[in-house]
Amino acid sequence: MRFEGSDNYVATRDLTLAVNAAVTLQRPLLIKGEPGTGKTMLAEEVAAALGLPLFQWHIKSTTKAQQGLYEYDAVSRLRDSQLGDPKVEDIAHYIVKGVLWQAFECETPCVVLIDEVDKADIEFPNDLLRELDRMEFHVYETRQTVRAKHRPLVFITSNNEKELPDAFLRRCFFHYIRFPDRETIAKIVDVHFPGLKKDLLREALEVFFELREVPGLKKKPSTSELLDWLKLLLAEDIPPEALRAKDQKAAIPPLHGALLKNEQDVHLFERLIFMARQNR
Amino acid sequence: MLVDFFLHLKDRQLPVSTKEFLTLLAALQQGVIGHSLDDFYVLARTTLVKDEANFDKYDRAFAEYFKGIEALPGMDKAIPEEWLHQSMKRHLTPEEQAKLEKLGWDKLMAEFEKRLAEQKGRHAGGSKWIGTGGSSPFGHGGTHPEGIRVGGKSENRSAVKVWEQREFRNLDDQVELGTRNIKVALRRLRRFARTGAAEELDLDGTIAGTAKNAGWLDLHLHPERHNAVKVLLFLDIGGSMDDHVRICEELFSACRSEFKHLEHYYFHNCVYEGLWKDNRRRHSERIPTHDVLHRYGSDYKAVFVGDASMSPYEILHPGGSVEHWNEEPGAVWLGRITGTFPHAIWLNPEPEHVWQYRQSTALIGNLMGGRMFPLTLDGLTRGMRELSK
Repeated sequence: MRFEGSDNYVATRDLTLAVNAAVTLQRPLLIKGEPGTGKTMLAEEVAAALGLPLFQWHIKSTTKAQQGLYEYDAVSRLRDSQLGDPKVEDIAHYIVKGVLWQAFECETPCVVLIDEVDKADIEFPNDLLRELDRMEFHVYETRQTVRAKHRPLVFITSNNEKELPDAFLRRCFFHYIRFPDRETIAKIVDVHFPGLKKDLLREALEVFFELREVPGLKKKPSTSELLDWLKLLLAEDIPPEALRAKDQKAAIPPLHGALLKNEQDVHLFERLIFMARQNR
Repeated sequence: MLVDFFLHLKDRQLPVSTKEFLTLLAALQQGVIGHSLDDFYVLARTTLVKDEANFDKYDRAFAEYFKGIEALPGMDKAIPEEWLHQSMKRHLTPEEQAKLEKLGWDKLMAEFEKRLAEQKGRHAGGSKWIGTGGSSPFGHGGTHPEGIRVGGKSENRSAVKVWEQREFRNLDDQVELGTRNIKVALRRLRRFARTGAAEELDLDGTIAGTAKNAGWLDLHLHPERHNAVKVLLFLDIGGSMDDHVRICEELFSACRSEFKHLEHYYFHNCVYEGLWKDNRRRHSERIPTHDVLHRYGSDYKAVFVGDASMSPYEILHPGGSVEHWNEEPGAVWLGRITGTFPHAIWLNPEPEHVWQYRQSTALIGNLMGGRMFPLTLDGLTRGMRELSK
């Protein structure tokens, strides 16, 4: 089982290597990187490329580690007991399986995505140490131990909002997705818009990288923003010449709202352009 | 051989553990990679280094180990980017270029080290110093046939060693502090307690109560959890602190939203018998420091923010203050505050490596019992850890 990128995901050499190391040694792979560089996409693409089912667990600030394993639905049981339902005798009826339990039970090897692990409470990763290491956990209510039939391939993504504990890190492989260089980006665009005209792409990339260079932006546009922008350019059928208005940086690129998502950034950008015009 | 590699990384202060090393060996045994050094570089990084802030350190350690070259002089000194800023470029004629002597590698490194030590400012053009353009063997955009390129784009393609390959340099240390980052760092200081009105369903209590009631629903409520940490913030204002206004504002606004119990007071250079809450009315509305000491309990945590650069007299002598006549020296007042609030730290916006050159900084550091931290993300994290002990 080896991952080599896919038809709609361009993986750099070091990324494929990290994925393959995780596949071979059956260890979780922790992915960090700028927002919009395809961290979440990776798990989906690996699952699709290897033909494995994917289980997704999206983490929020209120998520508890326990919820990934199972939850005990006490309220239903309480209600059933008051109505005299015979189901109430067996507590197993009220155990709701979480994502990890479903993945552990899967008959084939599978892929698990734990998305944005840094959103949860600081203790969250510590509560999953044993589960991810041994791929098993104990259900106290029914006194059974759930063990993975096949060790799932676990992807964990993080936006670096919180530090992860050392003990957790030690159990993972780690890869930092860097912002792609010009060639990789051209490849990525090619994968998403195969019919894109060469000159439009060149002009668009020019504008895009120039925009990323603007100092002081709160959120630099990333790959996913570029792809959205290109989609809009295509839909509006903007000719490449419109992007070129190469009169220095004096022109606002059309539909720049797709690239700059922050009001302050748009203001800053417009002010810079205004200044560039004054200086001409 | 790899044991040496592992120990070498450890030696270069990368946080690597034996478990990770064994994982790396297992990966090699199972043939995850072929026989290429590039692949090994990536694999070892993926198994051993778990934080992109350490990538730069790893790059250096890896190069040292595998190239067998000695550590490049000046690597840890970080050449200011500004020197290298491409501002001018002088094109030399081929004849002039031929005239430039070709220095050997060893000589080049020795020279480089020497110039790095000598040079103190930005330099462009010319033929000796490190800078942009020109024909010195050091810097970038220049035309020396066998030079060391430092930053910038390769234009003449003759650099022996390209420092820019340390692509992760800017991820190191995280000097940048955004409000959001500060909040995350401050969050270390959370201590939850249940106070206030009971309005959250206590599920465990309800179940226990209902069971006791033989099945009749017995609802239990308890108050919501709040961050119960109380913070007293003392901010140095004016004078040398003007350079650090932006960062202090960010810290302050992050504190405001993170701590429910936050009180702030201003002081100038060092704390004396009076503090103030509104900087515009600093002379009319002074609050006696004694009142502050008596008003808040010792469960408050005191955080001083200031650059601690002043004349040592301002700390040690009565009447040393630059603004008024103080009966007692600043050190006494500082001692009183840290005595009343044992959990106290001092955050210093000046970079940590210049502290040793200022007598007053060392003095304040001693008075604080060494609990002075730089106002960077890392320093803030260390400080919060100290406070939550």
